[in-house]
Amino acid sequence: MTVAEPVEAPALHRRLGLTDDELAAITHRLGRSPNDLELAMFSVMWSEHCSYKSSRSLLRTLPTRGDDVLAGPGENAGVVRLGDGLAVAFKIESHNHPSAVEPYQGAATGVGGILRDIVAMGARPVALLDALKFGWPDDLATRRLVNGVVHGVGGYGNCVGVPTIGGELTFDPTYTANPLVNVMCVGILPENRIARAAAPTPGSLAVMYGSTTGRDGIGGASVLASANFDDTSAQMRPSVQVGDPFAGKLLIEATLELVERGLLEGLQDLGAAGLTCAASELADRGGTGMRIDLAAVPRREEGMAPFEVMISESQERMLAVVEPARLPELLEVCRRWGLPAAVVGTVTADGDVVVVDGGVELARVPARALASDSIEIPRLSSPPQRRRPAPAPGETPLAHDGLPERGMDPAAVLEALLGHPNIGSRAWVTTQYDQTVGTDTVAGCERAAGVLRIKGTKRAIVVATDSQPRVALHDPALGASLAVAECARNVAVTGARPLGITNCLNFGDPGVPEAYWQLAESVRGLKDAALALGIPITGGNVSLYNESPLGRIAPTAQIGVVGVLDDIDNLVGPAFKSEGDLVVLLGETGPGLVGSVYERLAGAAPEDRPPSLELARELALHEVLRRAAAAKLLESAHDVSGGGLAVAIAESAIWGDLGADLQVAVALAPAVVLFGESPSRAVVSVKPERWSELARLASGMRVACRRLGPVGGDRLRFRLVGVGATGAAEERGAGVADELDVHLADLRRAWQQALPRVLGEG
Amino acid sequence: MKVAVVVFPGSNCDRDAAHAVRLAGAEAELVWHERTELGGADAVILPGGFAHGDYLRAGAIARFSPIMAAVREHADRGGLVLGICNGFQVLTEAGLLPGVLRRNTTLRFENRWVRLSVERRDTPFTHAVPAGMTLRMPIAHGEGAYWLPEADLDRLEASGQVVFRYAGPEGNPNGALREIAGVTNERGNVCGLMPHPERASEALLGSDDGLLVMRALVESLATAGAPA
Repeated sequence: MTVAEPVEAPALHRRLGLTDDELAAITHRLGRSPNDLELAMFSVMWSEHCSYKSSRSLLRTLPTRGDDVLAGPGENAGVVRLGDGLAVAFKIESHNHPSAVEPYQGAATGVGGILRDIVAMGARPVALLDALKFGWPDDLATRRLVNGVVHGVGGYGNCVGVPTIGGELTFDPTYTANPLVNVMCVGILPENRIARAAAPTPGSLAVMYGSTTGRDGIGGASVLASANFDDTSAQMRPSVQVGDPFAGKLLIEATLELVERGLLEGLQDLGAAGLTCAASELADRGGTGMRIDLAAVPRREEGMAPFEVMISESQERMLAVVEPARLPELLEVCRRWGLPAAVVGTVTADGDVVVVDGGVELARVPARALASDSIEIPRLSSPPQRRRPAPAPGETPLAHDGLPERGMDPAAVLEALLGHPNIGSRAWVTTQYDQTVGTDTVAGCERAAGVLRIKGTKRAIVVATDSQPRVALHDPALGASLAVAECARNVAVTGARPLGITNCLNFGDPGVPEAYWQLAESVRGLKDAALALGIPITGGNVSLYNESPLGRIAPTAQIGVVGVLDDIDNLVGPAFKSEGDLVVLLGETGPGLVGSVYERLAGAAPEDRPPSLELARELALHEVLRRAAAAKLLESAHDVSGGGLAVAIAESAIWGDLGADLQVAVALAPAVVLFGESPSRAVVSVKPERWSELARLASGMRVACRRLGPVGGDRLRFRLVGVGATGAAEERGAGVADELDVHLADLRRAWQQALPRVLGEG
Repeated sequence: MKVAVVVFPGSNCDRDAAHAVRLAGAEAELVWHERTELGGADAVILPGGFAHGDYLRAGAIARFSPIMAAVREHADRGGLVLGICNGFQVLTEAGLLPGVLRRNTTLRFENRWVRLSVERRDTPFTHAVPAGMTLRMPIAHGEGAYWLPEADLDRLEASGQVVFRYAGPEGNPNGALREIAGVTNERGNVCGLMPHPERASEALLGSDDGLLVMRALVESLATAGAPA
């Protein structure tokens, strides 16, 4: 038997996740050592999740201004002018680690949290989008995660009555132990009634209303969201918050009534870091301080320590700032909605957040030190050894990144792509979400962009969310730019004009130079694309430490774009409409199969690369699409992305229940032409008599415009013609078709079965 | 003509129902559940949502809301009452309609478009539907499988209380017995259905078949006048 050496317990600041340097910085800002409660408050506010201490210097480079931007980064959500006196508030946020630990509650509170951010701007939430990423669904643990997360998203969103109108569902091995749950919410408000998250007037009161405060979610921001994942993650379950969508619904209605009646001076939801965050940010933005009386906080548990009350992340709570004279009205509204409410603090002039309990002062910290003056950490950045940058524009493709050499039947490849879980119908998931509540949903989850009409106007908002993690693995900047391009394209194909971008940056441990390089490069790609396309970035969220013993996730910049369609009569859908319409490809097909779903199925040549992106071409395509829609030239329009041209056309055919008989010129390898995912392309259909008008419009904008053939029948047929096809056919000999000819019913079956097949329900 | 749309805490289709009532040509008033009278309305709609969070059981708490006494009185006088989705669940819990709505046999929340055959075209809720027409509208619920003991189902059918059935290739989405999607009480003035007619009241949103139900309700008020 050995006698254990006495081990000194690690210092409190380290147990709370703060480094020695950070403790020194805190001491410097206070001019003294912090006490334990103050240290707890700093630990949550200076967490990566709340302070953006590793990413702030990068995010500052993003273009955030625009004529129509009414609120940008730093607020609870971005707000952009829509027209008709209305504005749209929107934001995307992650809830990755909570969902990995407790999928149902993690996802549900992810929805609840982003809803409150939108409500905190004074907007009525009108739409949700969910971008979910999991490991390959062949193991039971992943299926359990998928089921839990989908139930959680639906459980909250369905109950509060906000329709889910879009999202993404991606399976990729890098997410096996670290799934991503990114939720986007969109709200509408009068443009002159934006609620501000500031407490500008000393003497005003801070009222906490909504649910009571308990021990759930203690340290969610610091422990769960700001550290890598390992085998002890299950022990973090108490750090996951528990959602109550019914309370969430009451909170939304009560808050909107308070805002509509003009009762509030300031408003902030209690999310990460709870009361500490709300109090310090309200005060900091208002240039004031706040005195919090812990004894006044309504609780659901006995014997809570002061630090627990200050950092609890109990859900469905808000902190409102109100003039004393308006307090009775505020309390009456809360009473009617059945929500506990209590004055927990007073706005002060001294700039400090002061915590008292029964008259005893327990903590005194400058609001600024907790919020805007938190620490920034410079990080080392270095690229990995092996990467595949995109080919230069115009570069010759590789000779053997095509089908013939692989001896594949293109029809079989098309069916396999449509049946791929990253491409096929999302109905297995999306039928579990209420998409039609609100009676505004014109297009929901089965389309690349959700479309909501706005009652009382001619306008509609169009929303999409996209990402390109497979490309980003090779070239993070390109991946982020491609995601912005695709997302904006999905909005533009409907005829709408993109108004703003929100982003959720999901990356690994910023202390690892390669992971930080991925983040820095992605922000660069995001910036370049936003600038070139002229769309401001109005906010977002950063989620770091997405690593597990299995490795780091693929760099994932999840992009959300909101656009406006000024006249809903000009809306263009993606489904083929009538026999005889002409199918037209807008844009030029480029080389590069790396990152495509085709690559996942068939592999790519070792020297192959991702496709390149020319942002000027992308912008020109959007312009053509918008003008064509406004001139009512288009019967249908659909972007070319996952699965390439053949899949885009097959989807238009499946949705329209109409086949097509097409000739496709093959200048590059057939696989690149049919299944390559090079950007800046759309498949549209037009009435034959309007073809020349479209061709003129496209050539005026220098966008390639090719007739492929007529819509009609119940089969999808591509005949490959031209140099690439014939040349290859001679080489490869017999046995591989130069033609793809499939019955629509077969394509539809493959597409519909994609998710039930892998998720275990036939 | 005025239709009261009851707002329980947790109702989330209240404004949608009011919008559809206005499209059908009547006035709509949102009535908070704590009120004890219907504000002179000629008909009542109990809308969809999650009244009281659907805690305990869908509709189980809502039946005790103060407004329900006024709804019952209105029904007893022969006034028209329409319950949609959660409103249907509340009406069965309150005993104003027969049957119970059990968990979907898929054990999942289901939001999908379904097709309804109209079994009775002589009710105040369906007389505007042309003969032979099926109605396309969405469902959005987790507990919508209509259930009654076999013998009671036979009696329900015999007395012509089954008004809507799931039909067509879309099929029965929730495992409802005998494909039942909507029923009336014996007197025929209280009707409940799981699908959402108010969400299918404009072609822009995918269908305006549901407006026929809303219009029938409003036209019935115009011809019959308010109940005594």
